Amino acid sequence: MYKNGEDLLRLAKEQGKRVWEVALDEETKLTAMTRERVMEHFSNRLDIMFNSARKALEHKQNTKGGLVDGVASTQYNYSHGNTITGGYINKVMSLAYSCSEVNASMGKICASPTAGSCGILPAVLLGVMEDKDVPRETVLEALITASAVGAIYTMNATVAGADGGCQAECGVASSMAAAAAAYMMGADDDKCFDAAGFAMINVMGLVCDPVAGLVALPCAHRNASGAVGALVAADMAMAGQVAHIPFDQVVDSMFKVGKMLPPQLRETAQGGIATTPAGLAIYKEIFG
Amino acid sequence: MSVSLLDVVGPVMIGPSSSHTAGAAKLAKTARLIYNGQFDRVEFGLGGSFAQTYRGHFTDYALVAGALGMSEDDENLSRSFDLAKEQGISFRFYPRDIQSEYENTARITFYNGDTPFYVEGASLGGGRILVTSINGLACEVSATTPTVIVQQRDVAGVVSDVSTILAQNGINIGIMKVGRDTRGGTAYCIIECDEIIDPAVSAELRKVKNVLNVTIVNIKAE
Repeated sequence: MYKNGEDLLRLAKEQGKRVWEVALDEETKLTAMTRERVMEHFSNRLDIMFNSARKALEHKQNTKGGLVDGVASTQYNYSHGNTITGGYINKVMSLAYSCSEVNASMGKICASPTAGSCGILPAVLLGVMEDKDVPRETVLEALITASAVGAIYTMNATVAGADGGCQAECGVASSMAAAAAAYMMGADDDKCFDAAGFAMINVMGLVCDPVAGLVALPCAHRNASGAVGALVAADMAMAGQVAHIPFDQVVDSMFKVGKMLPPQLRETAQGGIATTPAGLAIYKEIFG
Repeated sequence: MSVSLLDVVGPVMIGPSSSHTAGAAKLAKTARLIYNGQFDRVEFGLGGSFAQTYRGHFTDYALVAGALGMSEDDENLSRSFDLAKEQGISFRFYPRDIQSEYENTARITFYNGDTPFYVEGASLGGGRILVTSINGLACEVSATTPTVIVQQRDVAGVVSDVSTILAQNGINIGIMKVGRDTRGGTAYCIIECDEIIDPAVSAELRKVKNVLNVTIVNIKAE
């Protein structure tokens, strides 16, 4: 089993394969499932991701506390008009919002890597697929590449907000999605990992401060911005920006930063925007 | 440490939280499979973060759904309170201090009339769970693969007889843990297997001398 990004890139070069193929081989060994069965699981997950990314675009969901009801349709409606960043970016934002809204309303989602950050990877996969006419097969390969990136964080750092703050959830999701976006655009594996590194570096230290302890605010907004951040990071790598810090060292530093965060900023709702006067008023309104 | 890609992109679940919603549903469903009996009342003692934040994460709906046998990806999960009422099952939640190294703990007690049966466990995050006690008998059941739980008298030969029967039925043992409450008292084997276990195997195991009880938890990893 590969232990980090360096291992994975080296194994891929040695075997003349892409990273997703090496990761898929390892998955079949680990789970004792056939390659076809594993692909079937990924394909099902992709369907569930896409369903959750589309579900709230035109239909407002009812969420606990009502903090993020309609965030997806609001952004989606706006995306058709005169926007600052363009229709495409606004569409990607609305896809991420949709997943978060579905998640907060007890709908079906695929955690990637967590439920709180479940909008970022689907939004990037679906957004790029539709805008650039990427074949589904390539999207699945990108999904596996992203999963391998996520596995490296899981093995060497953390993907729990309670342990590492939001950088460990939305940050990791954005990092995974950046690798997927670069892959779909034809980048080689080195560039995919550069993209993953840029995405994490750009949000390193992001705190987890859920208002009223709900997976809603700021989670939904950070899913939207995390998806856009992934596209930006992929474009940085594709343009040829030099990743001076190797991906694995970025992962290590994220873990260390997470440990330096005080508990108040790690999913306890005791700091950040959760304890602003407005945040506390929302808590009081919902829970009395 | 090896990590499955399908755990990184997964689980497929009903939101909003893998630890507080999906894990809660899975823990309660596993408890029900372990109990494997009739009940008209179920009570949930919540410890740690579960006790603090259960309402915001629908932990309560998820626990009731699991007790009714629903999985963490069942879209009826949000209707679990109504479904329980339709089935004539009452439920309640109360805070409970549970000694555990884990943050999200629960004691789930099923009542058939006045007879209680309880399972304690924790949600570990990412939808993973651990059952830590069955009616007071300390154990560790993660229920990621089909699992056989055998309670027996703590005497020589029982474990060997049990493993022989599993082998005869073509069941490969993945991980086996053996423990006991006191020397010569009640012991148990937790056997995690690779294949789904036929209920007939349970009947065969029950006939083994000094075996007190056999429970089969067939939770597939999808």
